[in-house]
Amino acid sequence: MAGLLTIKDIEKCVGCGLCMYACARRKVRKPFIGYDHSGILAVSLSGFERGATIIVCKACPDPPCSQVCPTSALIPRKGGGVVYREKLCTGCDNCIEACTIGAIFKRRDGKVALCIHCGYCASYCPHGVIEYISTKQKVSEKQEVIK
Amino acid sequence: MNSGFADRKYILNIDLSSYSYSVEERDDFSEQIGGTGLAVELMKENLKPSADPLSEENVIVFAIGPFTPAYPLASKTVAMFKSPLTGNLGESHAGGRSATSIANAGYDAIVIRGRSEKPVYIVVDNERVHFRDARVLWGIEDSLITGRIIAEREKGRGIRSIMRIGGAGERLVRFAGVMTETYRHFGRLGLGAVFGSKKLKAIVIIGRGSREPLDAKKYREVYDEIFRIATTSDAMKKYHLIGTPVNVAPLNELRALPTRNLESGFFEMTEEISGEAFAENNLARRIACNHCPTACIHIAALKEVYEDEPYFFKTIMISYDYELIYSLGSMLGVGERDGILKLIHRVETYGLDAMSTGVVLSWATEALKKRVITEKDTIIPLDFGDYKGYLKAIDYIYLQPNEFYRNLALGVEKAAEIYGGEEYALSFGGNEMAGYHTGEAAYIGYLIGLRHSHLDNAGYSIDQKLRERLPPEELIDLLVKEEIWRQILSSLVVCFFARGVYTPEVVSKAFEPFGVEISEEELIKRGERIYREKLKLKTNLGYRADKLRIPEKIFNIESFRGKLNKNYISEALSYYRRKYLSI
Repeated sequence: MAGLLTIKDIEKCVGCGLCMYACARRKVRKPFIGYDHSGILAVSLSGFERGATIIVCKACPDPPCSQVCPTSALIPRKGGGVVYREKLCTGCDNCIEACTIGAIFKRRDGKVALCIHCGYCASYCPHGVIEYISTKQKVSEKQEVIK
Repeated sequence: MNSGFADRKYILNIDLSSYSYSVEERDDFSEQIGGTGLAVELMKENLKPSADPLSEENVIVFAIGPFTPAYPLASKTVAMFKSPLTGNLGESHAGGRSATSIANAGYDAIVIRGRSEKPVYIVVDNERVHFRDARVLWGIEDSLITGRIIAEREKGRGIRSIMRIGGAGERLVRFAGVMTETYRHFGRLGLGAVFGSKKLKAIVIIGRGSREPLDAKKYREVYDEIFRIATTSDAMKKYHLIGTPVNVAPLNELRALPTRNLESGFFEMTEEISGEAFAENNLARRIACNHCPTACIHIAALKEVYEDEPYFFKTIMISYDYELIYSLGSMLGVGERDGILKLIHRVETYGLDAMSTGVVLSWATEALKKRVITEKDTIIPLDFGDYKGYLKAIDYIYLQPNEFYRNLALGVEKAAEIYGGEEYALSFGGNEMAGYHTGEAAYIGYLIGLRHSHLDNAGYSIDQKLRERLPPEELIDLLVKEEIWRQILSSLVVCFFARGVYTPEVVSKAFEPFGVEISEEELIKRGERIYREKLKLKTNLGYRADKLRIPEKIFNIESFRGKLNKNYISEALSYYRRKYLSI
């Protein structure tokens, strides 16, 4: 079952950015050091006086980013969000424009970085801001709320 | 991306006089590791020892280490410059996003020289440097507002650092600092005044680089080990919970909490201003430096009522730490938490160093009592405990409306030289003291510490750990040994709070995924070398450990093991001179 990265308690975010470094490090054979390949961004809320938050793909069921991708580098993913086929990406930035919450980031090589919901970062969040759950769980929690 | 573990280091040189920059690739700095070690070499290359600290001849070096941002807790930036407060080497460290931004932008160090004719701020955007007009920003005395304006104008949200000065730096207060990410500071020794003298209001560093380790598998393993120790062991617990103010109550118990310009080591209102009391009543949020899981930055919310306007409030967020509670609390006899928070906020606004500000004002209060100065000098009465008076006095340190405040803005050493009262002017090597009246080791530590920081060699901690006094020679060797290891940590730019995580064994292991083999012995050897080089640099700038003034007052009050022994201190210093200064 595919999983989803979800926000557990955004108010607990301390802005440490460990999720960003984890995201860049996620590939077993090719971990990167630094921000460039990170699909998640930790920011302050217009200055740390107002606290911090993270910006990350919310796994839209009908993702606009994939609709504007001319090469099908981004295709809808089962359970929400998109699958990124990097080789097909021409770096047109349409997806960056299309994402209303700004959760797609430009890499220095021209391509993009975005959350693929692998969940690697969740185990490095020291304060329980994000968690990785199964898509099934997500659906049942939503139903719980509706009830 | 910065070089990391390769033999190459990338140095960004910025010249404010000609608004030009260049990147230098160096392969002769691998021995220096980074951070402090690298900054010392760059200072030696670039600074004329006779340079006036506030002239265009002064240089500013920012240096980071090879573990930035490969591993957590290595997110400090080392700033070096000639200090306008002491006239000797200035070294100040800050966290926030400063170090990781420099690393991600591709540099191991940034060297700033010259002086701009008109106010500017610099934007380092990876490989490009922009010089921006700051004439409109100049005169905005609030460092928080300056930060917000620049944040709105520039890109790089989340991946940048904004280092800036407040009004105190512009007006060359010799103990003005540079603030970064609102709550972190290059606080000590006057970097803010050096910025001000160069007409440099701020530096924005935007970095989005990346690099790869040589051994991918090993890198992820070592990362996980460091992460595990940092988050699950007790190594950093103290900083997680109550934060550094956890020390307020125990130090007071020990009669080691400097109170009312060191009239005593015991403050009777400690219960009110302890770390526990702040945590319970004021703590509103915690935030972290970049790439640090600890989140030790404790932020208090202060809600203020406008007395003349019903139902109109403001709430400000103020970062507090042990040193601030000491310097703006007990040292000034202020036992109200709200009062301390207001003082901290005022100091933060103007961009002053909190420790120096507190000690300068506590001296002025005693000097006024002893009629060394008069109320004509201070304009307002200064009384221990009266925080409202001190708020006004901080305005005056910034504004410098008369000769007295102009002199006070030079630091307590200079002010006491001019007016007298040197026996209770509590500075060491020209730098206002930190909050530890624990015994001889603390004071000797301030005197011989190459940064004049209590953190150089942790004398205050040695005082507390030892059951009885060591022979002075042994104490010196112990302090120097600790300082040598800390040269390694600050060359790796590992936060000193994480010293329990980064043991020599872990440091050595952390180098491996990058193809660098370095034994624990070799590490110590490099630490010794960095220590020696830094001492040499300081000596060239005029530093003589045994010639420094010791304020008489420290001998007058009890510590937890009685009064301090003057002979012991001078024996220790003379041993230090013989053994270390003659190298």
